[in-house]
Amino acid sequence: MIRRSWRAAAILIPFAFLAGCGKTPEVTDTAAAGTAHIPQVYRYGNSAEPQDLDSQVVTGIPENHVLQALAAGLASPDPKDSHAIPDLAKSWDISPDGLTYTFHLRENLEWSDGSPITTDDFLLAWKRLISPKMASEYAYMIYNYVVGAEEYYNGKITDFSKVGFSAPDAHTLVVKLKSPTPFLINMIAGHYSWNPLPIKTLLKFGALDERSTPWTRLGNYVGAGPFMLKEWIPQERLVAVRNPHYWDAARVKLDEVDFIPTEDISAEERMFRAGQLDKTQEIPTSKIDTYKKDHPELLHIDPYLGIYFYRINVSRPPMGDKRIRKALALGIDRESIIKNVARGGQVPAYSMSPPDDAGYNEGARITGTLDDARKLLAEAGYPGGKGLPPIQVLYNTSANNKQIAEAIQEMWRSNLGVESELQNEEWKVYLDDQHHHNYQVERSGWVADYADPNVFLEIYESTNGNNDTTWASPEYDRVFHEAMAAPNNAVRYEKYHRLDQILVDECPVIPIYFYTRPYLMSTRVKGIWPNPLDIHPFQDIYLEN
Amino acid sequence: MIEEKEEAGHSPWNDAWHRLRRNRLAVCGGILILTLAFACMFGPIFSQSYEEQNLDLGAVPPSRAHWLGTDVLGRDLLARTLYGGRISITVGLVATFVALTIGVTYGAIAGFVGGKTDAVMMRIVDILYALPFPIFVILLMVFFGRNIILLFFAIGAVEWLTMSRIVRGQVMTIKRMEFIEAARALGLGPRRIIFRHVIPNVLGPIIVYTTLTIPAVMLLEAFLSFLGLGVQAPMSSWGVLIKDGSEKMEEFWWLLVFPGALFSLTLFSLNFLGDGLRDALDVRASKD
Amino acid sequence: MIRFIVVRLLQTIPVVWIIITATFFMIRFVPGGPFTAERAVSPEILRNLEAHYGMNKPLYKQYLDYCGSVLKGDFGPSFKYPTRSVNEIIGEKLPVSIELGLISLAVALAIGLPLGVLAAVKRNTWIDYLCSSFALLGVCIPTFVMGPLLILVFAIHLGWFNASGWYTPVDRVLPSLTLGLVYAAYVARLTRGGMLEVLSQDYIRTARAKGASELRVIMKHSLRGGLTPVVSFLGPAIAGIVTGSFVIETIFQIPGIGREFVNSAFNRDYTLVLGTVVLFAGFLIVMNLVVDVVQVWLNPRLKFE
Repeated sequence: MIRRSWRAAAILIPFAFLAGCGKTPEVTDTAAAGTAHIPQVYRYGNSAEPQDLDSQVVTGIPENHVLQALAAGLASPDPKDSHAIPDLAKSWDISPDGLTYTFHLRENLEWSDGSPITTDDFLLAWKRLISPKMASEYAYMIYNYVVGAEEYYNGKITDFSKVGFSAPDAHTLVVKLKSPTPFLINMIAGHYSWNPLPIKTLLKFGALDERSTPWTRLGNYVGAGPFMLKEWIPQERLVAVRNPHYWDAARVKLDEVDFIPTEDISAEERMFRAGQLDKTQEIPTSKIDTYKKDHPELLHIDPYLGIYFYRINVSRPPMGDKRIRKALALGIDRESIIKNVARGGQVPAYSMSPPDDAGYNEGARITGTLDDARKLLAEAGYPGGKGLPPIQVLYNTSANNKQIAEAIQEMWRSNLGVESELQNEEWKVYLDDQHHHNYQVERSGWVADYADPNVFLEIYESTNGNNDTTWASPEYDRVFHEAMAAPNNAVRYEKYHRLDQILVDECPVIPIYFYTRPYLMSTRVKGIWPNPLDIHPFQDIYLEN
Repeated sequence: MIEEKEEAGHSPWNDAWHRLRRNRLAVCGGILILTLAFACMFGPIFSQSYEEQNLDLGAVPPSRAHWLGTDVLGRDLLARTLYGGRISITVGLVATFVALTIGVTYGAIAGFVGGKTDAVMMRIVDILYALPFPIFVILLMVFFGRNIILLFFAIGAVEWLTMSRIVRGQVMTIKRMEFIEAARALGLGPRRIIFRHVIPNVLGPIIVYTTLTIPAVMLLEAFLSFLGLGVQAPMSSWGVLIKDGSEKMEEFWWLLVFPGALFSLTLFSLNFLGDGLRDALDVRASKD
Repeated sequence: MIRFIVVRLLQTIPVVWIIITATFFMIRFVPGGPFTAERAVSPEILRNLEAHYGMNKPLYKQYLDYCGSVLKGDFGPSFKYPTRSVNEIIGEKLPVSIELGLISLAVALAIGLPLGVLAAVKRNTWIDYLCSSFALLGVCIPTFVMGPLLILVFAIHLGWFNASGWYTPVDRVLPSLTLGLVYAAYVARLTRGGMLEVLSQDYIRTARAKGASELRVIMKHSLRGGLTPVVSFLGPAIAGIVTGSFVIETIFQIPGIGREFVNSAFNRDYTLVLGTVVLFAGFLIVMNLVVDVVQVWLNPRLKFE
C-alpha cells in the first residue's frame, strides 16, 4: 500500500526532470537566418509599469528608460562612457568662476507635434519643477544649486525672475549658480529633471504647477526625444515609434521600441528564451552560470555605478565603538560572496566609492586580516566575540539579500565568534525602519543618478537626509563642503580621497561589493555599449543579423 | 451477530477505530505521516547541521556526502528539509487546529440557529474575508512583534472563515432532517444537539477540507515569511524551501523536488488518512 | 425568495461601509506610506506632496471626504499612477481577470466534478484512488511551481505557446490550466466528500432498491445534495478567482487586477487598496447570495430565512 503513495508522489518527479535539470536552456535566439532586412522593432524588458511620463513627477528607473526614448534635455550621456554630450543644446560655456552656465540651443528644434521648442519651454519647465504645488521629488536638483531657487521653493520669493534663470535671446539660456557645481553638466545629462516640457500642451490641461493632469496620456503626450508615444496598455506594453521631428532623427535607426513591463525576473528570462524580448533588464542569479557555459554570447555583465553595503546605526550600542564596526567589516570574505553567492562578476568593495566614476577612483581601502579583526574585537572588550549580544541584521525581502545575509552571518560566526540574528522585512516597512533609525545593522544599496563621485559621498554628510546611520563627523562635513567649493576636479577629487579615508577609518557603513548589471540580450541587438550608468541611448541601437 | 454482542466494548468510538484499522490505505497514510513527523522531530539529531555552509561547494546534486544534495550556500538539504519539516508540520497542525476549532463552532452555530443570528454571523465572516490580508498581517507585526505564536494566529484568522462557511452549509442541510427533529422533540438543548448530533454528521466535508487546509497553510507560511513573519534565516520551512527551489528548478532540480516530494507525501497521506477517518466515523456505515 | 434577496442586498450596505472604514484606517497605521522611498524625501517636498493628496488634513476629515467621493462612485486617483484614477485602473484590468477566472473555473469544474463524483461512486476502489490522487496533484504542486513548469514544457521546449502575455486567445490556455488545476482539486475532493454523505442516505438505498439505474441514482438523486459543500466553497472561491490571482498574473505577465490587490498594498497606494477591497467585497457578497440561493434550490428541505 505504501507503494501507492509512492506512486502518486513519483508522478511529480518526471515533471521536474522534464523541466530540464541541467539541460541547456533552449533559446529561441531571434537571429533568423537569411533575411537581410529585419524589422527594426526593439523589444525591451523594462521591469515595472511606468508610473507616469511627466519627468517632474516620476522617480524610478523604468520611467527613466521610457523618458530616454520619449524626452530629451540640454545634454545626454555618451553611449560609451556616460560623459555629457550635447543634445538639445549644441554647446555650453562655463564662466571661469564656475557660477554661470550659458547654453546655446540648436536651431529649429521641434516637439513631436511639430511645434517649435522655445526657451520658454525650458524656463517654465524649471519654474514648474521648483513650484511648491508640484511637490516634485527631484526639485532639489534645481534648488540646491541655482540662485534664488530655494527661496522660491520655500515661498520666500514669489517672483520667478529673481531665480537664476534667463534667456537673453531665442537660442540662449543662462543659469546662475549659488556656488561652483562641477557635476552640473553630468547631472543634467544623466537625469531628466532639467528636461524642457511642452508648455503649450501642458497648459491645455491645467495650470502650470498642477500635478498629475492628463497631459501625459496617450494622445496628449508630446516630447522632444527620438521617439514618440504610439500605444500604451498598462501592464502590457508601451510602444514608441520614430519621431521625425527629433533634431537628430537621421541618427535614429530603430523604427519602434516596445517597453514590456516584466516585473518577475524569472518570467522575464522565460520570455527572452521564447523569443519575446530582445533585451532583459536582469537575470536570475542561478541562471548566470548556465548562460556563461552554454550561451555566453547572450549574457552580458556590464559595470554599474552602484554599491551594495551594510549600514550601521551607530547610536545602537555597542555599535558606537568603531573598533567593533571595523572588525565586522574585516570579518567578511567579499571575494567568496561574489564568487559563490552573488555570482554576477561584481567587484569587491573596500571603500564607498566605485571605480572609474567620472574619472574618480577611491582614495583609501579597508585593509586588515582576520587576526586584525579579532584583535580589534578583543580591544573593544569582546575577545572571541564573547559577551557581544547578537547583532540584529535587517534586510528587505529578496532571495539575494537573504543568501548574502546568511553567508555573512556564518562568516562573522566562524571568523569572529560574533552571533547575529537576521530579520527580513517587506520593502516599505524596511524603508520606514531605516528612515526612523529603527535598526542596528541593515543591508542597503545605492545607485548613481548621474556619473559623479559626489553621489556616493554626499550621503554621509551629517545633514543629508539619506544618511540614516546617525553617524556625523565634523571633519567629514568640513572636507565635504570644501570639495563642493573646489575650483576644479583635481582639487575636488583630492578632498574626496580624504572623505574615503574617513569612512574607511570610522566604518559607519560596511562596503560589500560594487554592482554589475547582468542581463540577456539577443545577438541581433547592436549599438549598446557597457557604460557605468546603464543608460543606452535609443538613438544608437539597431537590429542586425 | 449474536457473537458480536457478547464482545466487550461496543462503543461507537471502538467501532470507528476498528473500521479505520481495516482501511489499508488510511493506515498507510497514518503510518507515513507519523514516520514523517518522527523523522522531522528526531532525525535532525542524527543529521548534519542545517546551517553549516560550504560556499565553495555551492549547490551539488545528491551524493554520498549529502544524500539529498546541497543548496546554494553548500548546506545539506536533507538536514534543512528535516528541520523545515518540523516548522511546517507544526504550523500546519496547530494553525489548522485553531482554524478548525473556531470555524466549526462558528459555522455550526450560525447554521443551526439560523435567522438573524446567522445573517449577522455570516456578514461578519464576509467583512473579515474582504479585508486585505497583507495589511492585516503587517499591522499584527507592528502591534505584537514577530513571535511565532503570531504566525499561528494570523493563519488561523484567515483559514477559519471558509471552513465556517462550509460547515454552515452542511449544518443547514442536516438540521431539517428527521433525527434532528426527533432530538428536538425529545427536548434536548441546542448545545447538545449541535455538538452531539449535528457536528458528527457533517464531519465528512470538514475532514476533507481540513486535509486540504493543512498544505495550504504550509504554503501560506511561505508568503508570510516574505512579510518577515515566521522563521528567520538560516532556519527554513518546506514552504520557503519549495518557493526558493522553484526559482532554481532548472539548474538545481533537487532543491525543489525533495522538499516538494515530502510536502506532497504529507498531503497525500493526510488525505487518505482523512478519507479513512471519514469512513470510520460515518455513523451510517455501520448499517452496511 | 425575492424578499430574501432584497434583505440580503440591504445588508450589503453596512457590510461594505464597515469594510471601507476598517481598511481605510488599517492602511494608514501600517509603517511606510505611498511616498516612502529609498531616496529620502525632504520634509518640504513631503509637505507639498501630502498637501496635494489632502493628507495634511485631519484623518477623520480625509475619511469623510473619501466616503463622500465613494458615494459618488469615484474612488479617487491612484497614488502610484498619478494620472490614472482607481476607477479607470479597475475598469481596464477587471475584465481580464474575469476572463481568466471564468475560463479557469470552467476547467476546474470540468475536471473536478467528474473526478469527485467518480471517486465517490467507486469509493475505495483503485478508480477512487486514481481520481483522488490526480485531484490532489492540483494542491501539492503549488501554482508558482506548476506555472513555470507548464511554460518550460509547452512554451519553451515545445514552442506551442507564448511564454507569457495575454495577446492572443491561445495565451489563455496555460494560465487557466494552472489556476484551474488547483481549484479542480478542491472541487473534486469536496464533491467526493459531499457525495459520500448523500450516497449512504436511506433514500438512496430506497431508490436503488426500487431498481433505479446507477446513473439515475447519481444524477437525479445524489448530485443535488452532494454538491452542498462544493457550492459553499465555491462562493468565496469564485469571488477570489475572478478578481484575479497574483501569482498567475505575475508568472504569465497578465494585465489583470489580481496583481494590484497585492501590489497596491505593498506600494501603500491607499486609494487603489480601497478600490480593490471594495471590488472584492462586492463580488463576495454577490457570490454568497448566489450560493445561498443555489443551496436552497439544491436542497428542497432548506428554506430561506
